[in-house]
Amino acid sequence: MASIGNQAGPQMIGAVGEGPPTEVVRLGTAKGNWFTRVGWSHLVGILALAFSLFPIVFVVSAALNPVGTLSSSSLIPSNVGFDNFGSILSGSFPRWFLNSLIIGVLSAALSMFISACAAYAFSRFRFVGRRPGLLGILLIQLFPQFLAIVALYLIFTEVTQLWPAIGLNSIWGLLLLYLGGALGVNTWLMKGFFDTIPRDLDESAKVDGATHAQIFFGIILPLVRPILAVTGLLGFIGAVNEFLIASVFLTDDSVKTAAVGLYGLLADEQAKNARFGLFAAGAVILAIPTVALFQFLQRYIVGGLTAGAVKG
Amino acid sequence: MLKIGALAVFAALAVWGALPLIRTQDWIGLAILVAVTVLAFYVYLSPRTIPLKYLLPGTLFLIVFQILPVIYTVNTAFTNFSDGHRGSKEEAVTAIESASVQQVPDSTIYTLTIATQGDPATGDIVFLLTDPSSNEMYAGTADGLRGLSADDVDRTATGKITAAGGYTVLNIQQASARQDDLNAFSVPTSQGAIKAQGLSQAFEGAPQQNYDANCDCVTDTVTGAVWTADDKNGAFVNDRGEALAQGWKVNVGFTNFTRVLTNDTIRDSFARIVIWNFAFAIIVVAINFALGLLVALALNNPLVKGKKIYRSLIILPYAMPAVAMYLVWREMFNTDFGLINRLLGTHINWFGGTATSMVAILLVQLWLGYNYMFLVITGALQSIPADLTEAAGVDGAKPFYAFRTITFPLLLVSLAPLLISSFAFNFNNFAAIFLVSRGGPFSPDNPSAGGTDLLITYTYRLAFGGGGADYGFAAAISVFIFLIVAVVSIVGFTRTRALEEVN
Repeated sequence: MASIGNQAGPQMIGAVGEGPPTEVVRLGTAKGNWFTRVGWSHLVGILALAFSLFPIVFVVSAALNPVGTLSSSSLIPSNVGFDNFGSILSGSFPRWFLNSLIIGVLSAALSMFISACAAYAFSRFRFVGRRPGLLGILLIQLFPQFLAIVALYLIFTEVTQLWPAIGLNSIWGLLLLYLGGALGVNTWLMKGFFDTIPRDLDESAKVDGATHAQIFFGIILPLVRPILAVTGLLGFIGAVNEFLIASVFLTDDSVKTAAVGLYGLLADEQAKNARFGLFAAGAVILAIPTVALFQFLQRYIVGGLTAGAVKG
Repeated sequence: MLKIGALAVFAALAVWGALPLIRTQDWIGLAILVAVTVLAFYVYLSPRTIPLKYLLPGTLFLIVFQILPVIYTVNTAFTNFSDGHRGSKEEAVTAIESASVQQVPDSTIYTLTIATQGDPATGDIVFLLTDPSSNEMYAGTADGLRGLSADDVDRTATGKITAAGGYTVLNIQQASARQDDLNAFSVPTSQGAIKAQGLSQAFEGAPQQNYDANCDCVTDTVTGAVWTADDKNGAFVNDRGEALAQGWKVNVGFTNFTRVLTNDTIRDSFARIVIWNFAFAIIVVAINFALGLLVALALNNPLVKGKKIYRSLIILPYAMPAVAMYLVWREMFNTDFGLINRLLGTHINWFGGTATSMVAILLVQLWLGYNYMFLVITGALQSIPADLTEAAGVDGAKPFYAFRTITFPLLLVSLAPLLISSFAFNFNNFAAIFLVSRGGPFSPDNPSAGGTDLLITYTYRLAFGGGGADYGFAAAISVFIFLIVAVVSIVGFTRTRALEEVN
């Protein structure tokens, strides 16, 4: 799936270092009063915190609000109850959530494997069409899959006639479609990382009689675990958040992903006030895996990717 | 061995994939499938094609699900593919004849139960029919009639079918919700077609409009009206220039593209959408960068304690599921019950006006995106050598001057690729628009193009919106998006010279 994440995509994510803070701009000088030295920093930080957190606080308190309507939801709930969680878990939501997890995990894992294979080929072999291939991938990733949504829908209408199991209204069809974007998204990022692993390692293994497959699975893949973790986790978050294609493809209630299903909960203008608590509870449950993974991912972004050196 | 096992699974999948192709006698599809299978076996069994062994899976997926759709988009853009222009001319004739079916004196009247294949709201309609005179039962689809055996069917004493294997029987509410589909639905038969009459009866009748191959026209046997085939536009047209609703798919050349330039309504809304599309992407990148930079500078202050707590909480919106949070924001802007209006003590209909709608969307996108910029800028700030600014300080430069002349240009250089890809992402940020403002507000005279539509949401509405699908025109808009993205990327790449670094 091409660039489905919240922002520009994973290729730029490696920029955060944990190095010692250098004093780039000293807007507050060492002299002066407390505010010009450090107070303004806290003021900006606290305002940013408030801006970042208030919608999250709102959705959590709406989920805990036992009345469960939009009109009665506020930042601080007057009453706390888990009724919304109870009702959302007894409806279609667990099914949607499971669909999201299946698509998220499988598409992340398979995309990761596909682009790791391609990155290995581009990094370690010299063959005809290598440079055009690399440039081609770079160009193709500029055109995210969903731009061709009309054609995808029409193609899959035909596919549904022939193979209903991988057609519209099937999470397996959607999964295959997502894999189409696998090569474009992560191959470059991975190739850059593969290039940093000394070729001497594979050369000496080759001398010892290892095949190319043994080198790939036995030596290279274990060494690139950090980048595998980052691409895998970003792929998971991207697939769980994908909305455009999923909303066109998955219309039956039982095959919807959580994103499409939650959208459907609020689609009815008349019913949405009453359903908001239900929706908020679903949103909070859906946030748990992505936020948890992100906390895990952050460590890798900050540590693994920027450290530069790869330890065996 | 693992390799043999994987190839065996692949072969099994190929056989499974081949069966429907053989059934429908799609020999070209079968030939491609066989060729791909042979290629895969050759690549993985030959000792020589080592790089291909690693590239083949990704390349196959790439070709089938990314390159092919782009080619298909361009193809579709040159056709009139839309509701009413879906199939071949023969299919159009069949549809016209069966839609004009009228009850004739000796019509058979069936007892009808309305069912679907799959979901009650979206599945294909099926008529479950009982012939009261013979007690025979049938399932009627758009392809024709099929006999049902009594073992698969539950029915009442009057003969009405209440359940049938493989079909979902609709209740009255569900059937009423599909009224439009039911009106258009008929089961073709040798004498004409079977149509519903209410929700519990159907009749077999003869068509009132007939196609005559000699004049290549459709004639109405009752009124005598004649519609002649227009193969250029794929429609039957009468002498007043009025076309029958049912036409067929033809190649229309550049019509879809020139419509953007020649049709006044479309041209004005298209120009407005393109301008807003660029403005949206540029403003989002600019405000995200500005706020991210401000917060990064503030928290990069060495005297600040608790940086890690600030950072992990500020970044939290980036980790939340974006689709759900867009919807939460939409409801926070709700006119009557929304949090924003309640906090401000106002009663603004945020999505009722174009300007307020834009403000709301930009605010939402700022919330979702600035924190990522903050994270990346923090990293970039820390990688700028301290000597540079210190040297400037020794030379007596004021802090802001040092920032403006040294830090800021260095930041821009190192973040340029990120800013470009952030622009490209937001240029097609479907979810932000579709889920927050839904592209609105819409003016009453042009319900297909809204005040905050991006090209991608406009395309989506043309193809999948309620007002009748126009795939050909939607594909043409997609081609415009391809062209714009290509031009912007070429400019971006030549400016940053990223292509030269390929090795």
